[in-house]
Amino acid sequence: MFIRNLSLWCFPGLLLMQVACAQDQAYPIEQVTDGIYYHQGVHEDASKENFGAIANVGFIVGDDCVAVIDSGGSYKEGELLAKAVKQTTDKPVCYVINTHVHPDHLLGNAAFKQAEPSFVGHEKLPAALMARKDFFEKNFAETLGEAYQGAEFISPDQTVAIGEPLTLDLGQREIVLTAYSTAHTDHDLTVMDKNTRTLWTGDLLFIDRIPALDGSINGWIENSKKLQQMDVSYVVPGHGPAGKDQWQQGWQKQLAYLTLIREQIRAIIYDFGTIDQATASVGLTQKDNWILFEDYHRRNVTAAFVELEWE
Amino acid sequence: MVTRPFKTVLISLFTLMLFSAVTVQAAADKEPIWPSLKTAHFGDKEIRENADDLLVLEAPKRAEDAAIVPITIKSLVPQSADKFIKNIHVVIDNNPMPYSANFRLSPELGTVDISTRMRIDEYTYVRAIAEMNDGSLHMVSRFVKASGGCSAPAGKDAAAALARLGKMQIRMRQPTVGEPVQAQVIVSHPNYSGLQYDQKNRKYIPAHFVDDIDISYNDKTLIKVESGISLSEDPSVRFTFTPAEHGKLKAVIHDSKEQEFSMEKDI
Repeated sequence: MFIRNLSLWCFPGLLLMQVACAQDQAYPIEQVTDGIYYHQGVHEDASKENFGAIANVGFIVGDDCVAVIDSGGSYKEGELLAKAVKQTTDKPVCYVINTHVHPDHLLGNAAFKQAEPSFVGHEKLPAALMARKDFFEKNFAETLGEAYQGAEFISPDQTVAIGEPLTLDLGQREIVLTAYSTAHTDHDLTVMDKNTRTLWTGDLLFIDRIPALDGSINGWIENSKKLQQMDVSYVVPGHGPAGKDQWQQGWQKQLAYLTLIREQIRAIIYDFGTIDQATASVGLTQKDNWILFEDYHRRNVTAAFVELEWE
Repeated sequence: MVTRPFKTVLISLFTLMLFSAVTVQAAADKEPIWPSLKTAHFGDKEIRENADDLLVLEAPKRAEDAAIVPITIKSLVPQSADKFIKNIHVVIDNNPMPYSANFRLSPELGTVDISTRMRIDEYTYVRAIAEMNDGSLHMVSRFVKASGGCSAPAGKDAAAALARLGKMQIRMRQPTVGEPVQAQVIVSHPNYSGLQYDQKNRKYIPAHFVDDIDISYNDKTLIKVESGISLSEDPSVRFTFTPAEHGKLKAVIHDSKEQEFSMEKDI
């Protein structure tokens, strides 16, 4: 009883208790391998209860400094992640890398501002931010309530161009940032830790949670096939468990889903069918394979349909 | 001496507080915007509501993708020379520019069965108001819930959309003279809504969008759409018509930068 109350108290964040609670079950941080840490997001839509902590976020610790990869789905999650970094290491945060524009990966940025890190993203991230920030601001302030307060849309001060990977040195630890052509979004970025051969995929890979298409289905399939071939030991996906064991199967399952819906949508377009016909029939056999299928599947079909219409 | 101006300040402060309290309350309650939209666009004309005997409006209960929400409008009464729907006004209450499109229809269209795709940013009523040739107005409406998650009304691949700007398609099955056939006109266009959201006036500043779609058969207009930023990227109009003889189906697209694109198909 007492312990339950205690963990409840951690949430509103009594200043003194927060430090003690940052690592408790309310915001667990897991070590993937040497120097690689992440918090696994829950498979839900963002809400006041989960304070937007629905995506995987984490950090890589070098000898000199720390790179944070995705900052959280709210200012509050950004704060919790910043605290987790402090509890893990006394090295400062020198980079905050955003894998793409979606709020569950980026709304925690402002919580790291004090450390004056360099914010890094895809060359098309600034444009994507401009186009969406008013919409996200309006919607997520409402969805997240208090947890949102403090959030800022911070544009990267360092960007990565397609075909020109950027290597950052954290001290005896090099990480390589690669920018992709349109896939999950039109500005996806991955991070590869050379020492441990750990690949942070951002939302180019979803495990267990249904992939959400906000870019190009053709591009996503193409890029997934390339990424699947990479020589890596550990993978931190954008959603779902990180580690050694599940990612190969993860790529396969994601490719199977995307390829299947593409094939079925193409058939409907070829037959002069409509979006409504597609959302009513395409990919329904995949229903039990994915968490949140009902929430995102028809959206994926809709987005893919209007792309494939131009083939 | 000092009290008077102070009092005035106090009063205005109080009024200000009251006012903001009211604004906040209104925002929280989502006070219906329709009465003021109705006055703005239709004056004091009477609009017959729930006109289900005349019109069908199909819209999903939930906008799966805020950027692409398919809607279909059908008339239950065929167009004829003496009784026909002249205009179908589409109003999306909570969009930045609620008055979203006007479909001007020819009596020669025969059957009214029109689909298009809209941007829907938030929980809203979508309304189709049929204006008959006698001037009477008849409305049907549907409530659409906003999409969740990362869905935003912004385009998904701005570069790709711009690269094929103006590319058009007229998609249809092989038509038979005298038989109704479905056709779809699509134009690749970012239908860019402008970025600056003016919170106070509840509107965006428009930038680059398709403002007119003219679809004709043998030089007689079947459908003319006056449109705006509520239309999705790559605007699409699907409709049914019956070619009475062989001829030419033509679509002409005009945008806010005075660009024009057109395409023809022989039938």
